[in-house]
Amino acid sequence: MANASELMQPEAMSNEMLPRLYTVNKIYKDTHDTFTMELVPSDGGPAMSFQPGQFNMLYVFGVGEVPISISGDPDRAIPLVHTLREVGSVTSALRQLRAGDTVGVRGPYGTAWPVTEATGQDLVLLAGGIGLAPLRPVLYSILFRRRKYGQVVLLFGTRSPGDILYKKELQKWRSRFDLDIHITVDRAIRPWRGNVGVVTSLIPRASFDPMHTTAMICGPEIMMRFSIMELVKRGVPEDHIWVSMERNMKCGCGFCGHCQCGPLFVCKDGPVFVYPRVKELMNKYEI
Amino acid sequence: MQDLGPYLKQHPFLAGMTDSQIELLVGCASNVKFNIGDYVSREGQPAKRFFFVRHGRLALELMTHDRGPMVIETLTEGDVLGWSWLFPPHVWHFDVKAVELTRAIAMDGECLRNKCEEDHELGYEIMKRFSHVMVNRLSATRLQLLDIYGKRK
Repeated sequence: MANASELMQPEAMSNEMLPRLYTVNKIYKDTHDTFTMELVPSDGGPAMSFQPGQFNMLYVFGVGEVPISISGDPDRAIPLVHTLREVGSVTSALRQLRAGDTVGVRGPYGTAWPVTEATGQDLVLLAGGIGLAPLRPVLYSILFRRRKYGQVVLLFGTRSPGDILYKKELQKWRSRFDLDIHITVDRAIRPWRGNVGVVTSLIPRASFDPMHTTAMICGPEIMMRFSIMELVKRGVPEDHIWVSMERNMKCGCGFCGHCQCGPLFVCKDGPVFVYPRVKELMNKYEI
Repeated sequence: MQDLGPYLKQHPFLAGMTDSQIELLVGCASNVKFNIGDYVSREGQPAKRFFFVRHGRLALELMTHDRGPMVIETLTEGDVLGWSWLFPPHVWHFDVKAVELTRAIAMDGECLRNKCEEDHELGYEIMKRFSHVMVNRLSATRLQLLDIYGKRK
């Protein structure tokens, strides 16, 4: 493993900081404030290989860069898929792009969900809002190797029926007998006939063996904290719970320190952490 | 003829209650079914019963003038519906509608209140369990109010 002084060599830095050009192949709206981009390498070169949970830095030239989790299939890396929520100047600029436009991509960065380590276990994936995007590669990966896992449960909470991401795909997955999907929304009007309530309310009803379960959670931090409480209440060991943290990342590779969270750099040591490693940090107001 | 004891015993809300306590509950219980679209209760009506949901889905609705009926929560298998029977003035606070064919055990509120007055041990068990449900629902409601998936302004 490279030590800190090696990493800080200008050559290493420049390679990490150099974006590769990608062309927008497709861009489409998922919900009123989210959209998905499909990118292909502009040079026609090889696909980027990534693991579920990793992210890329997407660069809109002249505007800026944002860290975005990869939401596509790790076994089918072209096109490179990202689902974004329009929240700031860079994501708004990305939303304005059209097929044929060019973006810069650096990555993939960060740690991955423990898809291999969880072999033989029941899996509980808990997603809140756009947090479903970083977990979708896990689902692709699991479904490709479905026999290697026990029960697979996806619990997804979002704001309203109109905010449900990947509707068609979820519908398709719900028809599978080997996948247990529960969706809930915080509020609804008719004709919605599904669950209404917070995502944590789905945990006591879900079917899994707590002692032999690996849980992966992605969503707003408060949703993750309450979900962890429910999972622990059901008997899932803390070191079987994994979370994806979000902090203000700039370089994406541990040079700048923007995303430092106590002793950890979220971009390099995370974004996916086993819960005990970040337990203390998640409950602190300021670090 | 088989009574509702075995069904009550299976309901998570009543897990761990003694056979004699279940027997007391059976005296206040009846089996009910709601078809899709049936109203279980209406806001402001007397809350004479509460329900142990066995199967199906119920929606708790509040009528709003600008958006019509808003679903604020759904209850399903293993949930308990209604605590207004416990506290005066014993009126429902929400409309409750079946959004799926729902089977439940209805409990006569007055009957159970009387039994709880006579048998404080039973009363304490019931109050403990309802308090737990209320705390969980309050906590969930607080999370809902935070609108955690909304855009930060």
